[in-house]
Amino acid sequence: MALVVVASFWVLGVLALVSGGLVFRFTSMARATIALLTSLICVGGEVVLLGLPYLGVVTILMMVMEMAIMAVFMIAYMMNPAGLTPMSMLHNKGGSLAVSGTVFVALAAGIFLVPWPRRAGSPPPDTTFQVGESLMGAQMLTMIVLGFALLATIVGAIVLSTRRGRYDRFGDDLDRRPPRDPAGGGVGR
Amino acid sequence: MGEVTPWWGLFAVPALLVAFALSAVVCDAALSARDAGRPITMGMPVRPLLEVPRLLVAQSRRLPASDVPLWRIGVITVPVAAVLAVLVVPVGNTAVADLAVGVVWFNAMEVLTWAGLWLAGWGPNAVFSLIGGYRFLAQGLAYELPLMFALMTPAIGAESLRVGDIVAAQGRLWFVVWMPLAFVVYLAGVLAFSFFGCFAYPTGRDIAGGLLGEASGADRLLLSAGRWLLLAAGSAMAVPLFLGGGSGPVLPAWTWSVIKTLAVLALLVWVRRRLPLIRADRYVEFAWVVVLPLSILQAFVPALVVLNSR
Repeated sequence: MALVVVASFWVLGVLALVSGGLVFRFTSMARATIALLTSLICVGGEVVLLGLPYLGVVTILMMVMEMAIMAVFMIAYMMNPAGLTPMSMLHNKGGSLAVSGTVFVALAAGIFLVPWPRRAGSPPPDTTFQVGESLMGAQMLTMIVLGFALLATIVGAIVLSTRRGRYDRFGDDLDRRPPRDPAGGGVGR
Repeated sequence: MGEVTPWWGLFAVPALLVAFALSAVVCDAALSARDAGRPITMGMPVRPLLEVPRLLVAQSRRLPASDVPLWRIGVITVPVAAVLAVLVVPVGNTAVADLAVGVVWFNAMEVLTWAGLWLAGWGPNAVFSLIGGYRFLAQGLAYELPLMFALMTPAIGAESLRVGDIVAAQGRLWFVVWMPLAFVVYLAGVLAFSFFGCFAYPTGRDIAGGLLGEASGADRLLLSAGRWLLLAAGSAMAVPLFLGGGSGPVLPAWTWSVIKTLAVLALLVWVRRRLPLIRADRYVEFAWVVVLPLSILQAFVPALVVLNSR
């Protein structure tokens, strides 16, 4: 069993690195997105192997949704709207190479230089419960503040980016019925 | 509760899933014959299955500048996601894998169709199929959150993400009785991730078949089969989540699982012909303004019950 885990760890690790590297080889936004998605799914698999099944599977779940949506937006905002003309994913080659090389060397050196502690005790039987407890227990206040901050950011961004407000739809006195809504909705407005 | 099948379960479960999907196809064909006023003969319901050999030998259509690798990945992902999703669904008391995070696993595998269907739309390099892919994502943004809350509700009620525990928690009362809203939202979600019935917008006639428009031969077979497999997978998961899993009188547990799955499947196939197609832009507002708050309220009910019983 341990052998299978170690083997999958290496397979997933190599796959994650290779597909991560492929992101910068592909000239198509769709392919680059899917390569990045593959890399992130492999990372999710690694998290599962590390004994955190909830976090690993949630990573896969969120990343698939996120990358699918991101593909749409990236292609929509590309220089040619159809997104079919090849383009390079490499920008500021020298600078990014220096930054990524430094970060890689620092992290890799850290692996060998940090005095890793010996494992004390055994892993908890249910890590999902542990994650929930630490998020909803000691870090409850942080989570609430983060939640509100995120929601406020989303609402704020939409308010700032949309041209239409309630006065456009409901008139200056907010009494226009039905509202002048260019996009019809599903609840009869 | 929560036994694991021997190794052959890995083959038996996909076979069972295919059998469920085939029975749904046959049921659908019989219903459509009845609606059209044609006589229902023995051969009639089997006729759609003749498509299978025809598609297998059909010449594949290839479009200029199509992105073949991504297209293939997308098409294959759809049926594979359905099969992976049911690995955590118990038949009777045994599942292939009774994961501690079974509900999240099911959700994640079902979400794989987001990427799969978008790629299946992107790959052919054709306008209408790409629009079909975009439509699925637009629809997905609206159905996924209510569906997640609907999946969460029984998990909260059972205080576990393990599908086996959720079945065990329904010993006295099935969750469908006191989580009816979550059940309905879940079934709607199943229709939506199978892009089936009223949620078949990504394959709409107005875009010449959309996602299925350019797919031919084996591609088309995999996509349409994946759709029925997803429908069957969703129906199978409804049984342990809301309908008490394999519990029932007299008959062995696995029979009850099969019977209940077939009942849910029949309901979904019947609903398909009763509801009109919903446009994603109309559905989005309804989903966010009505369905999502209601499903959060529904998830609140078991949360209060669980907290109160401590």
